[in-house]
Amino acid sequence: MSDLAIQVEQLSKQYAIGMGKYRHDRLCDQFTRGLRAMVRRKGRPHLSRDTIWALKDVSFEVKKGEVVGIIGRNGAGKSTLLKILSRITRPTSGYAKIHGRVGSLLEVGTGFHSELTGRENIYLNGAILGMKNAEIKRNFDEIVAFAEVEKFIDTPVKRYSSGMYLRLAFAVAAHLEPEILIVDEVLAVGDVQFQKKCLGKMRDVSKNQGRTVLFVSHNMDAIQRLCSRCLMLEDGRLIANGSTSGAVARYLSSDCSRARPNEWIDVSRSNHTGTGQARFVAVQYRSANETVAFQPYSYGPLEFLLDIVSDSPRSIGSMAVTLFSLSGTKLVNADTIALGRVIGLQKGHNKVAVRIEQLYLNPGVYVVGLWLANPIDANFAGAEFDYVESAFEIEVVHLAASKGFGLNSKSDGVVTCHFELLDVTCEAVGTGIAPDWQEKVSLQ
Amino acid sequence: MANVMSSVDAGNASVVIVQPSKGLLDLELNAIWHYRELLYFLIWRDIKVRYKQTVIGAGWAICQPLMTMMIFTIVFGNFAKIPSDGLPYPIFVYTALLPWNYFAQAISRSGVSLVGNANLISKVYFPRLLVPLSAATAPLMDFVVAFIALLAMMAWFDIVPTWHALTIPLFLFVALVAALAVGLWLSALNVKYRDVGYSIPFLIQLWMYASPVAYPVSLVPAKWRLLYGLNPMAGVIEGFRWALLRQESPDIGIMLISAAMIMTLLLSGIVYFGQTEQTFADVV
Repeated sequence: MSDLAIQVEQLSKQYAIGMGKYRHDRLCDQFTRGLRAMVRRKGRPHLSRDTIWALKDVSFEVKKGEVVGIIGRNGAGKSTLLKILSRITRPTSGYAKIHGRVGSLLEVGTGFHSELTGRENIYLNGAILGMKNAEIKRNFDEIVAFAEVEKFIDTPVKRYSSGMYLRLAFAVAAHLEPEILIVDEVLAVGDVQFQKKCLGKMRDVSKNQGRTVLFVSHNMDAIQRLCSRCLMLEDGRLIANGSTSGAVARYLSSDCSRARPNEWIDVSRSNHTGTGQARFVAVQYRSANETVAFQPYSYGPLEFLLDIVSDSPRSIGSMAVTLFSLSGTKLVNADTIALGRVIGLQKGHNKVAVRIEQLYLNPGVYVVGLWLANPIDANFAGAEFDYVESAFEIEVVHLAASKGFGLNSKSDGVVTCHFELLDVTCEAVGTGIAPDWQEKVSLQ
Repeated sequence: MANVMSSVDAGNASVVIVQPSKGLLDLELNAIWHYRELLYFLIWRDIKVRYKQTVIGAGWAICQPLMTMMIFTIVFGNFAKIPSDGLPYPIFVYTALLPWNYFAQAISRSGVSLVGNANLISKVYFPRLLVPLSAATAPLMDFVVAFIALLAMMAWFDIVPTWHALTIPLFLFVALVAALAVGLWLSALNVKYRDVGYSIPFLIQLWMYASPVAYPVSLVPAKWRLLYGLNPMAGVIEGFRWALLRQESPDIGIMLISAAMIMTLLLSGIVYFGQTEQTFADVV
């Protein structure tokens, strides 16, 4: 017996986009065409002008026990692929061979009925997801406990808060025990606490129970934590199939809204304030780590190369690169004023390089701001030459090689730090820390 | 090409092949068997939800046919003086209303079932046939409740059932198959043409007058009887009256033609449903 779980060969799916047109067809035309198609058994799918290939010639294999991430932009074909693999729709051509029982979670709470109670919905939803009655019974208490809805289990779910509803829905889904689990963006819902719980459960399912998992997400962090391998789709084609870090870096760098590392980013059209006597025109940033395609990562270095145009030779006492959170909180301000070095600019283009040694930021998207001034000449009116509050966005990733359980999600805060566990002492009585803890620590 | 979504047992792992299309009469019977618990839960859901937040609850299942019976008795029985084969008109019409109401509910509910469960169809795999099947089965509950009222009425009118009454489950089953056959067609068509959904109430109204609910089959001219039998419900209603009300032997010709019609509708319905099923998730 092979150790393959999923084998996909030349899978393609075509959609008609001008659906409206068919509506105006005469019903009997459709009817005769349908009958003819039946007789011909749809040997060849008929090609129409208003069609789109949601998936085109996609081939890959997934081994048993592998956790594979599927990434790509909206409309890249991820959901179509999952729908075909979970047998919701059929491909136009090609085939997929699936070895084992498939459970798919394309949405949480599919088939929940608002009039039914929590208890009834657990059974109904479980059956819809393909669980056996005995299986649901066995897991019932665990599901209720996971969802934290014990008190409301006999209340119709229409009286639930949205959080309770969601927790219950995920709890049922999380207890699905298929050999192959197909998950689509389920983690994108709920509050931070709940997302963490879901991520933990997902990890448990994939790592500890050895199931095959296909996981679609836009959350690169979750993808990196969970998946050993990644497929990347673009316009219905498979464009990457390999290591997670490589695929993630490719995904991030293919984002046009976010600037790519190691390439000149034109900031001349950004929103500038200041006199403009000297101003930023272009910037490059990079992490100096080729394996993540120069994408910045937590604890890694971050270099900036700044192209500054000056109208005359002048000295700069304060040049800063600032990192903001997406909500606008200033997180890091690497200002040369702190170094006490003055930068001498010539007339024309000047290249200045800045390096942040270690980036203490958790994975996520950050906004880069730029500042150019000469506070030493504060008596001059034009001391502030240039200020770009939001030049471009960068994404800080998680370097897969780091240790840990992978559960420290970005919900733990924006800023990270180096820390270690010093000692674990056990006190027979009392709850306080040992009085001599300082001595013990100093022994380290 | 014919055998497409087949589950083949190899050791204890099943292999499923997802391919473009499936055979003409591939019923996926083993898949339906595999998902029998889901069928049970879908029926259970439909029954459970049916009379939620109502005051008289299942009382509606009795109220509706009783009210109809009264109106029919006044209008058709008293004013129009439609014959009722020598039986008291109320029980004559109520006996027909039972299977008819079941059938009407079953086709109206199964007809819109796929569209009504669009969220399920586009998110989870299971044999699609379960949806109209469960919708056509759930109204049997109403039938059972209304049947109890019929027994009370039979006692009131002093009608003692004979061994014929034992055939009631058979005729009920025929009504179920007929409703499923029509439901398969309507539900699959409704996925693509929502016009179907709107036309169902109208269709049911017309159909009732084309069925021997308010009048006896004997009122239909003899030369048209066989044609009349093409209405699948003609045979079912005729069967119900015969089984419960001690009539002389039923019109076998009508029953056979009805049965043949039901089989034709069912087989064609399965084929049409099976072929369109493949695109439900894309179209619905």
